[in-house]
Amino acid sequence: MSFSNISRRGFVQAMGVAGAAGAVALTGCGNSAGGSDNGGSSSEGGDGKFKLGGIGPITGPAAIYGNACKNAAQIAVDEINASDSTFKFDYRFEDDENNAEKSVNAFNTLKDWGMQMLMGTTTTAPCIAVSKEASADNIFELTPSASSTDVIGGQPDADGNVAEQRKPNVFQMCFTDPNQGVASAKYISEQKLGTKVGIIYDSSDAYSTGIDQKFLSEAKNVSLEVVANEAFTADSATDFSAQLNSCKSAEADILFLPIYYTPASIILKQAKDMGYAPKFFGVDGMDGILSLEGFDTSLAEGVMLLTPFNADASDEKTQAFVKAYKEKFNETPNQFAADAYDCVYVLQAALEKAECTPDMSASDICDKLVEVFTSSDFVFDGLTGESIAWSDTGEATKEPKGMVIQNGAYVGME
Amino acid sequence: MEFLTNLINGISLGSVYAIIALGYTMVYGIAKMLNFAHGDVIMVGGYIAFMTLFYLGMNPLICVLIAICGCTLLGIVIERVAYKPLRQSPSLTVLITAIGVSYLLQNLALLIWGSNPKVFPSIAAGLPSLQLFDGQLNISAETLITIGASVIIMVVLGLFTTKTKMGKAMRACSEDPGAARLMGINVDTTISTTFAIGSGLAAVAGVLLCSSYPTLMPTTGAMPGIKAFTAAVFGGIGSIPGAVLGGVLLGIIEIFAKAYIGTQLADAVVFAVLIIVLLIKPSGLLGKYVPEKV
Repeated sequence: MSFSNISRRGFVQAMGVAGAAGAVALTGCGNSAGGSDNGGSSSEGGDGKFKLGGIGPITGPAAIYGNACKNAAQIAVDEINASDSTFKFDYRFEDDENNAEKSVNAFNTLKDWGMQMLMGTTTTAPCIAVSKEASADNIFELTPSASSTDVIGGQPDADGNVAEQRKPNVFQMCFTDPNQGVASAKYISEQKLGTKVGIIYDSSDAYSTGIDQKFLSEAKNVSLEVVANEAFTADSATDFSAQLNSCKSAEADILFLPIYYTPASIILKQAKDMGYAPKFFGVDGMDGILSLEGFDTSLAEGVMLLTPFNADASDEKTQAFVKAYKEKFNETPNQFAADAYDCVYVLQAALEKAECTPDMSASDICDKLVEVFTSSDFVFDGLTGESIAWSDTGEATKEPKGMVIQNGAYVGME
Repeated sequence: MEFLTNLINGISLGSVYAIIALGYTMVYGIAKMLNFAHGDVIMVGGYIAFMTLFYLGMNPLICVLIAICGCTLLGIVIERVAYKPLRQSPSLTVLITAIGVSYLLQNLALLIWGSNPKVFPSIAAGLPSLQLFDGQLNISAETLITIGASVIIMVVLGLFTTKTKMGKAMRACSEDPGAARLMGINVDTTISTTFAIGSGLAAVAGVLLCSSYPTLMPTTGAMPGIKAFTAAVFGGIGSIPGAVLGGVLLGIIEIFAKAYIGTQLADAVVFAVLIIVLLIKPSGLLGKYVPEKV
């Protein structure tokens, strides 16, 4: 942990996100001159390989996402390094426990290692903190799964204010939260899954709140009736009986859950206990519920979710990836894994197009990659979509797929 | 009907708080210390029960007994190692030690069981739920067990402290440790026994907490621990019926605040009520006001 590389502003913000007010005394170590001078100083590529860093939670409540990213990127890197491509990777992954402060520390560790580009971070709140650092240091960052628009910045909110400036070096592989909210509302309305929608969201989480807000505004456009919009916080994420009861008495026939799978697993159980059986509709945070240890998968029967990746898809690319992942890690890859796998390949494609070499500094590589990503003729066919393209905003354009859980496995919805 | 359902949910949540609060109140009443590691003993109890239930597939009742034994043992060890040497120290020292033990337990759990959440299998699996008013009101078996357990524990503890020799010794220590010692009571042993009982209760609370709200993580006990401590203060810390009353009321207030005031404000309302009660009645609802003798 080297605090000396952290700009004071970034550090204070990271601390703010982490809520660790007790450690404010440490800001004294901050370097108010900013960290932009050390972006590429130590980035000599070893053995003619590009140094690719990854960050995500591989322990902690969101560990399932970080591990998926870590493992899938490892598969992609191994494949690339075994191929005859001249663009190969040195890959290193650091844990952040889904904690903004630890994520910035991980970022600094990777920077000391000589990272030239970052595949990460996996989850939203840490990514907002790290993207600030990466932006200040001009290190190219492609996040597989941090879906808030605050990660890329430059997006106006409902009132037209831009809270976070656009970070020109940060791009996303996944949908943005607004896209997920909008797509979910459209999907529910188009497929006529329900008429009265109840929502339970985490008001202490940027990801969940972001989707909830966009869902609410889009619901009006597609004339979906939202009969209950109930919140919980990280501190009260153990009992949802009151929220479920409100939804039940409002006669919601479909429950929209823009939350992670851990609280969702409790909601499913409590709903069953109280004899309430609406349809459940989740977003990408629901992905992973089936791998939860001890979880009775029959509770998740019929749960629907929107995700850009379907492990049951019959195309050759998906099948090869799923097979490799199952062989190596003994589980079916989820959407996060697919996003991370795509990240590595898209980085390779972009490096090739930009004609980068491993001896270039991180900052030079970043400038070239940004140019390629924002150019109109750069499109990518991956596991999570065909002809994925990026604009100046950093968002990826792709189509979501509806999935439903049947007999303890994800099945594509038609 | 919505009101009744909320009331049942509140009582169910409150019963879990009540059992945890009983542990706090016992230890405070007798040893005059706040055992902040209590919430984490609950978590350990949850993990022990999880392992015996999920990995070994034992009968739920046996699992609870194993968890009680494990936690009692843990409580005795903690008391021996961390609190007993500090018996003569200022209460602030003991308080800080308790917080230290709390972090130690959380991090040990992180090392042993990892931080991936585990879903606690229901101890009431297969038991039917109680349906009233043509199925409009559904009370799960876990809720009934939780409420029943907290009432039984309260009654048994009440009898224990009034009828048995050890219980009487506890009350004597609580009143005046110096005088109790003069009367031939082994104050040290009495306090250690109290810890053992409190930790055993924590195991029961852990199993019931995880059965009703089934995710198990190293931090699982922290928030319910704080809420239950609040409940113990609310009901009058040191008083056994007070802990149960405080716990149940806190649960009901929390659920009603969520249902009728707003899910965002629930916790704020709970603690606002606590502050108001303490302003009006500083010793808590059933607490005895003990004037300082000069």
